[in-house]
Amino acid sequence: MTDTLTDASPLSFEEALERFDPVLGFEVHVELNTKTKMFSSAPNAFGDEPNTNVNEVCLGLPGTLPVVNGKAVEYAVKLGLALNCEIAERCRFARKQYFYPDTPKNWQTSQYDEPIAFDGYLDIELDDGEVFRVEIERAHMEEDAGKLTHAGTSGRIQGADYSLVDYNRSGIPLVEIVTKPIVGAGSRGPELARAYVSAVRDIVKGLDISDAKMERGNVRCDANVSMMPKGTTTFGTRSETKNVNSLRAVEHAVTYEMRRHAGILAAGGTIVQETRHWQEGSRTTSSGRPKSDADDYRYFPEPDLVPIVTTAAWVEELRAQLPEPPADRKRRLLAAWGFSEQEFRDVVAAGLLDEIDETVAAGVSPSVARKWWMGEISRLANARDLEPAALGVEPVTISALNGLITQGRINDKIARQVLEHVIAGEGTPEEIVTARGLEVVSDDSGALTAAVEKAMAENPDVVEKIAAGKLKAIGALIGPVMKETRGQADAGKVREIVLAKLGIEG
Amino acid sequence: MSEISRADVEHLAKLAHISMTEQELEKMAQELAVIVDSMATVSEAVSGEIPATSHPLPLTNVFREDEVGHVFTAEQSLLNAPDAEAGRFKVPAILDEE
Repeated sequence: MTDTLTDASPLSFEEALERFDPVLGFEVHVELNTKTKMFSSAPNAFGDEPNTNVNEVCLGLPGTLPVVNGKAVEYAVKLGLALNCEIAERCRFARKQYFYPDTPKNWQTSQYDEPIAFDGYLDIELDDGEVFRVEIERAHMEEDAGKLTHAGTSGRIQGADYSLVDYNRSGIPLVEIVTKPIVGAGSRGPELARAYVSAVRDIVKGLDISDAKMERGNVRCDANVSMMPKGTTTFGTRSETKNVNSLRAVEHAVTYEMRRHAGILAAGGTIVQETRHWQEGSRTTSSGRPKSDADDYRYFPEPDLVPIVTTAAWVEELRAQLPEPPADRKRRLLAAWGFSEQEFRDVVAAGLLDEIDETVAAGVSPSVARKWWMGEISRLANARDLEPAALGVEPVTISALNGLITQGRINDKIARQVLEHVIAGEGTPEEIVTARGLEVVSDDSGALTAAVEKAMAENPDVVEKIAAGKLKAIGALIGPVMKETRGQADAGKVREIVLAKLGIEG
Repeated sequence: MSEISRADVEHLAKLAHISMTEQELEKMAQELAVIVDSMATVSEAVSGEIPATSHPLPLTNVFREDEVGHVFTAEQSLLNAPDAEAGRFKVPAILDEE
């Protein structure tokens, strides 16, 4: 880092924006969730033992031939449509050639001059409701590469003694979505970056064409950033920060690159066109390789695969199957549920939109559904280190629990216990309440009255206050009564009995 | 006659990871120029109305059902590996991405 021409201290974000305008561009790779790979029938699965989800095609063995996964083409068309793209009537695959151990054939089968989808856009809503249109250049099909682990003393590529390769990921279907240069985002660039990647993730999740887990690399973003002096229109030299795999990291990486570029340019330096690596720990980027020969991929049409033709009828059939766009759906649900903007954002951030929507559809009010999912279910999931959705709580369970509460047969506290028993697989709420005798103590046998009398006898000072008109003091009797009835008392009934005993009108 | 310089051949050889001597580079530059010229005669036979051919076979949409087929065991996958460790192919460290 002695070269002062290409390196300088980053400016603050504000200083950077006083002097420069950012130009952004994103390449988002989406792993499709087909059962099998793009060009072979090996399984597309995550988390298995290394090199066990492979066959001769994934390993690029001599003499093997690829065959296109029709489902992956269908998914790519759906994604293209959701991105408001034109769908190519005819397109083909191409070989992108480079030597690197993650690609055993020495080329990646991709699309080059004829992508399956092109000329689209996404309207991205920022936090304050401002809508920013991002133009989509193209979305093309390709295959993922194998996974390298760098071994050696440092554990990083620099100073690694050797690398280990797992080809399980090799050949997993990808769609790469490339934006046109995004001009005019200004100070909202980093926020737009996060919102854009988030929107793409929501779309592929909504289409159910990807598991869309960024932490697993199902959705990965390469962020291109350049800065041009204010008042000019010629784009500066860009850097490309590779494989940023969380929404927060996308926002931070764009922020940092805007500041870094501005620092170098302000000091009279030159930006090197290069790839950069995101460093989560320091929230900075580090230099990767310069763009050079390595980018001379010598693309040519893939001779082992025949072209793909899409008919208008097929495309329209797929268009008719598209779900409501996620952004539209959010606007609709926000209005329908009556949550505050903050409550709704929290629900979206927690990834519980679908769960609450389904629970509301099962007859539970939106606020009650939100309370269950954001409260007790999230708490139980956290304790088990799971996503709330992974607990297996069905909307009908919440509907049943809520029904038992409204009927006064159990109280909130017992309902939470019942939920734990449901998760433990003991049956429906109704079955559990019956089997475990959890129903609120009714006063048919006088048990509740007895418990109230006991509590009143033990707390004469409280009784005195109530008698003097401080009805709030009844709360102090609820605890002892609950204790006596193992939590199965109905607080409303306890209050009635106390008031009756003291001859006070409720 | 097409211009294929020695530098062009050297660049291609480097990209293709092919080691070539000075003599080979010179010779290949001349031969490639002839090959490119020969290929160029094809375009003379094509009139403007004929669309470019993507593929020699008159086929489109050869698709496979999305159904899982056979896989190798890790041992089978690694049979041809020059070296392996922990079920993975072991290769020299190459300074590049990741």
